[in-house]
Amino acid sequence: MRIPISWLREFAEVPAGATAEDVMAELVKVGFEEEDVHRPTDTLKGPIVVGQVLSLVKEPQTNGKTINWCQVRVVPEGQEQKLTGKGIDPSGVQGIICGAHNFVEGDKVVVTLPGAVLPGNFHISARKTYGHLSAGMIASVRELGIGEDHDGILVLSRIGLDPEVGADAMELLGLYDEAAEINVTPDRGYAFSIRGVAREYAHATGTVFTDPASKVLAPAALSGGYGVKINDDAPIYGKPGCDRFVARTVRGVDANRPTPQWMVSRLRLAGIRSISLPVDISNYVMLELGQPLHFYDQDKLSGDIVVRRALAGEKLTTLDGKERPLDPEDLLITDASGPIGVAGVMGGAATEVGDTTSNILVEAAHFEEVSIARSRRRHKLPSEASKRFERGVDWQVAGIAAQRAVDLLVELAGGTADEAGTDVGTAPDSVTIELPAAFAAARIGIDFTEEQIVTSLEDLGAAVVKNDGGWTVTAPSWRNDLETKEDLSEEIARLVGYDKIPATLPVAPPGRGLTRVQQQRRRLVQALADAGLTEVLSYPFVSKAANDTFGVAEQGLARTAVKLANPISEEQGYLRTSILPGLIEVAKRNHSRGFRDLALFESGLVFLPAGKMGTESIPPLGAKPADEVLDALYDGVPAQPFHLAAVLTGHDSPAAAAHAPRTWDWADALDIARLAGDILGVELVVRQGSHQAFHPGRAAQLSLRTGEVVGYAGELHPKLLAASDMPARSVALEINADALFDAAPDVIVARQISTFPVATQDVALVVPADVPADDVLVALREGAGELLEDVALFDVYAGKGIEAGRKSLAFSLRFRAADRTLTADEASAARESAVALAGERFGAVQR
Amino acid sequence: MTETLPGAAIPNPTDGAAITAAVDQAIAAIAGAADLDELKAVRLAHTGEKSPLSLANREIGKLPKEQKAVAGKLMGASRGRVNKALADRTAELEAENDARILLEETVDVTAAPRRRRAGARHPLSTLQDRVADIFVGMGWEIAEGPEVESEWFNFDALNFRPDHPAREMQDTFFVEPPEAHLLMRTHTSPVQVRSMLERELPIYVLCPGKVFRTDELDATHTPVFHQFEGLAIDKKLSMADLRGTLEHFARQMFGDEAQIRLRPNYFPFTEPSAELDIFHPGAKGGPRWIEWGGCGMVNPNVLRAAGIDPDVYSGFAFGMGIERTLMFRNEVGDMRDMIEGDVRFSEHFGMEI
Repeated sequence: MRIPISWLREFAEVPAGATAEDVMAELVKVGFEEEDVHRPTDTLKGPIVVGQVLSLVKEPQTNGKTINWCQVRVVPEGQEQKLTGKGIDPSGVQGIICGAHNFVEGDKVVVTLPGAVLPGNFHISARKTYGHLSAGMIASVRELGIGEDHDGILVLSRIGLDPEVGADAMELLGLYDEAAEINVTPDRGYAFSIRGVAREYAHATGTVFTDPASKVLAPAALSGGYGVKINDDAPIYGKPGCDRFVARTVRGVDANRPTPQWMVSRLRLAGIRSISLPVDISNYVMLELGQPLHFYDQDKLSGDIVVRRALAGEKLTTLDGKERPLDPEDLLITDASGPIGVAGVMGGAATEVGDTTSNILVEAAHFEEVSIARSRRRHKLPSEASKRFERGVDWQVAGIAAQRAVDLLVELAGGTADEAGTDVGTAPDSVTIELPAAFAAARIGIDFTEEQIVTSLEDLGAAVVKNDGGWTVTAPSWRNDLETKEDLSEEIARLVGYDKIPATLPVAPPGRGLTRVQQQRRRLVQALADAGLTEVLSYPFVSKAANDTFGVAEQGLARTAVKLANPISEEQGYLRTSILPGLIEVAKRNHSRGFRDLALFESGLVFLPAGKMGTESIPPLGAKPADEVLDALYDGVPAQPFHLAAVLTGHDSPAAAAHAPRTWDWADALDIARLAGDILGVELVVRQGSHQAFHPGRAAQLSLRTGEVVGYAGELHPKLLAASDMPARSVALEINADALFDAAPDVIVARQISTFPVATQDVALVVPADVPADDVLVALREGAGELLEDVALFDVYAGKGIEAGRKSLAFSLRFRAADRTLTADEASAARESAVALAGERFGAVQR
Repeated sequence: MTETLPGAAIPNPTDGAAITAAVDQAIAAIAGAADLDELKAVRLAHTGEKSPLSLANREIGKLPKEQKAVAGKLMGASRGRVNKALADRTAELEAENDARILLEETVDVTAAPRRRRAGARHPLSTLQDRVADIFVGMGWEIAEGPEVESEWFNFDALNFRPDHPAREMQDTFFVEPPEAHLLMRTHTSPVQVRSMLERELPIYVLCPGKVFRTDELDATHTPVFHQFEGLAIDKKLSMADLRGTLEHFARQMFGDEAQIRLRPNYFPFTEPSAELDIFHPGAKGGPRWIEWGGCGMVNPNVLRAAGIDPDVYSGFAFGMGIERTLMFRNEVGDMRDMIEGDVRFSEHFGMEI
C-alpha cells in the first residue's frame, strides 16, 4: 500500500517537513513493514515552469524531419526573469527547439529550463542544435516521469489547466508530494486505505485522527433507487456472498472532463494510472475509504440488478475484453441481460462507463471474503477490488463511499445526483468480546493499567463497557480481524508498544538431551567429515529418469516416487528416492569449476511413497481431530527415511612433492560405507551386488546381519558416468542410515581381555573363483570355534600354480584362550577344524 | 697407518721413559684419528697383539721376579691410559658421526605434502547443531518431522483458514494428486503440532529442519531452505517469557551485547504476533537492526487443534531462517553459495562456524 503524504496529512497530524521515511518509521511501530519510498523529486529537479509559446517556426531539415523553433515566454508578461543561471534568458523568453507537433502558438506548456534535471539523470542545458541555441526543453509527460504518453508534449489546457505563465510546474503537477510504501499483513484489510493507515499513524504518534468517513454527509436512509435484489442461494460456509448493496445514480456527467491534477498526482503516487475522470473517482474513493466501487453506464443496464451465483454454462466478457466461462460458485452481478460482472473482482465490458456515458450508477457493495478469493483465484484476476474484499471491507462504509463518489461526480464531472437511491442487505452482527481484567497482562507480561487497556481499545474504534471482572468490547466494523481476547491483547500491546514488554526467562523442566538417533546422526555426519569428506547439500527435486535409475536396483523397473503438482521445473518434477542424482550434479558442478579431486557426501531424507497417499479430506481447524482421523493423517504421509550418500572422484589427496596421491576406487566407496557401520557399531554384510547405477562387476550390496538390504557401494556404471559428463571410475555409495541407527546395539557388553600369549597361524585355501572371500572367512570363523580371536584375509592369488577357475585365499588366524597359554596342538586343531568347515562349504583345499 | 709399527724396538717394560713414550705416541695417534675407521687402525697399531705396548707387556714374564711387580704396575697403568683415551675418542667420534647422520637427514619441512585432508561440514548443518546445543543446554528437546506433510499439519492445525490470503502467501509446493492434501512443508511448524499431539505437557522443543517454498533461486531466495522453530507450552507463559528466551538465545549466538527488538506482525498461528529484529553491531555498512524471524504467543486455536486447553495452558513460538542467520552472522553475500555445493564454501568453514 502506497501512502501519498499529502493525503495522509488530510486526516492525521503529520509534521510539516516529514518525509516518507519519517512516516514509515512511525508506521513500523504499529506493525507495518517498510517497503519503499516514491518521491518524484529524487529524480526530478527544477527549474521547471509554465511557459507560453509565443511563436513557432517550422524548419524542415535535410534528414526529412521538421523541427519547431519556438520562442517561449517563461515569466508573466511585463515581468522580468528573476531566475539567473547559464542559459536562462534575462528577457523571460527562451528560444527552444522542439520536435513535437501537437501544439500551436499560444499554448501553455511545461518548460524545463537550463539547470533542470529529469528522470534518467538527464541534465537540461542550453545547447546548439539545428542551427539555433536551444535553451531548455518543452516536456512530455514521459520526460517528466509522470506518464507513458510520448506522442507529444504536455499541453496544459488539455488536462484542464490554465495556470499563470512562470508558475512552478512541479507544484502544479503535484510533484513535490511523496509516498511511503508499506507492506500490509493479510489480516488487516482496513489498512488498504488512507483512512486505515491515517488511524494507525495516529496510534503510532499519539496524535489526532480525523475519520474521512466523518467528512461525508450521507443520507441516513435511501429508497426508490435502481432496483437491486440479493439472491445468493449457495453461500460458502453458510455466509452470504453479498450482505449489502448500495446503488446511487448521478445523471448528466461529462465523462470526458480532465481529472484534476491533485487527484491525478495522488493516484499516481498511490501506483494507479489516471484513466478517465469517472474511473479515477472510483479509484480515489477506494483508496481513501477502502471501499471498492463499480460504476455502470446506467443506460446500458436492463432491468433490476440481481446478485446471485452463476448458472452452469454462463459466460461473461470482462472489462479486459476476455470472455470467461463462469463457475457456479462465482458470485455475479446480473441484470435482465445476464451477467454484468463478477462481484468484487471485475466488471463486464457491456455496461462499462465510456466517453459517451452520461448517467452513472455507482455500486458500493459488501462481499464475503472467501467467495471473492475463490473467484479471483479461479479467473486469475487479482485486482485492487478483490485484494480488499478478500481481506475484509468495513460493512458500514459502503453508503459513505457511495456518497463520496456521488459528491465527486457532481463536483468534478458536472453531474446531478438523484435523491433516490438503493441500500439493501443486512448488517452482520457486531462482534463482542469478553476481556477479563487480568487477561492481557497475563498474556503479554506487562502490568497494564485499566486506562491503558480502555484507551487503547477505544482508540482503535472499539466500544468498551466495563463489567464484572473485565470489559465487554465491541470491535469496530472495519476490524474483521478482532474476534478473541487474544486479538485484543495484541492490540493493547501494540498500542502501548512492544518495546515495553519485559524479558523473563522461563525454566524448562529437566530435558533428556539429544535423542539416540539425533546423536547417531550427528556422529555419522561428523565422522564422515573427519574422514576427509566434504558435506554438501543438494535440492531434493529430480527427474523421473533419475529416480528410475538410482532408486531401484533392477533395470527397467519404474520407481514409485512423489510427484510435485507445481514444480519449479517440470523436468525436475519428482522428489528424490535417492540422494545420488543430486550429489552427482554437485560433483559435476565442482568438476566443471576445476576441482578434480572430490570426496562429497550428503545426508537427508528421501521420499518413498507406498500404500495410501494422503487423505481425501482434512479436518477443520481449531479442534483436535478424532484419533482415527489423526491416524489416517499420519498414515497418509509417505515414508521418508534418512539416507547417507557419498561420491568420490579423482584422488584422495592433493599431489605434492614426494607424494603420489592415491586414486579413489571402488574399495574406498565400500570402505566409507563400512566406516559408517563401524561408527554406529553395526556390522555391514558385503555381497557382490547388482544395481543398474553401478558397474556390474564392481558393486557391493550392503546388508545387515538380519538380511535387510541397506545400500550399495562401488564404482558407478561407466555408461552413466559418460552420460552425465562425470570422470570415469568415479565411485559412490548410498545407505539407509535410519536402518543402521535401528540396528545399532543399545548396550555393548564388555569382553574379557585375555593376557595369555597369542598363537598365530596362516592358512591358504584354494576355492572356486566365484566364491566370495567373505563367505570363506565366515566359514573359517565359525569352524575355528571360540579359541579364534580374529581372522583376516591377507592375500588373494590366481594364476601360476593354481588351477584355472580357482583362486587361493590366504588368511591369518589369531588364536588365544581366555584362561591358559594355548599349545601349538590346540591352535592347529582349531585351524584344522576351521579349514574343514570351509572345505565342506566351498570345497576349499589347503595349498 | 698399519697394524704394527715395523722396526719399532720393543720397549723394556721396566723402562718408564720408554713406556711413557710409547703411551704418549699412542695417545697422540688416538687423538689424531679423524674418524672411526682411522681410530680402528690406531687401536690395532697401539693395542693390538703386535703393538709395542702389548709386546712390552709380554716381556714381563721374562723378567726377574723382583722386577715383575714394578713392571706390571707400570704396564697396567700405561695400558689403562691408552684404553681410556681410546674409549673417550670412540665416544667422541661416535657422537660426531651420529650428529652428522642426523644433519644429513635434514628435510625441508615447508615442502611437506598433505597426505590426509580434513573434510568439512556444511556450515548450515554446523550452525543447526550449534543452535540445537544452545536450547538443549536450556533443557529444551529437539523435535523433528517429515518434509512431505499433510496439509492439515502445515496449515489447518496452525489456524490458517482455507481461502485466507495468508495460506496463499506461503508459496506452497503441492504433491500429486491434489486431492490427497499432501504438500512439502512450508515451515517447520507442523513439527510443533506433532510435538503437541505426541508429547507430555509442558513442552519445550526446538524444531530445526528443511522447508520448501516455490521461490526461484536467486541471490536472496531459494526454494529449499532451513529453519529452526521453538515452541514452549506451559502454564502462565507470557510474551515476556518469549522475549526473555529470545534474548538469552541471541546472547548465546551473538555475544552478551546482543539486543533484540519486537515489532507487531501477523501470523495465523500466533496472537499476538511479532517480527523479531536483532541488532548487529558488526553488520556490513554499519551497525543496524536486521530482521531475524517471527514469533508470538500460540493462538488458542492451535492449542485446541492439539487437544490442549487454552484456558489452562499458554505458549509461545518463534522461528528463524538458518540461511538468513548464516548470511548476516558470517557475511555470506549470495544465497547460491550455500546451496550449490561448491566445495570451497564448505571447506572454508571446515568443522567450525
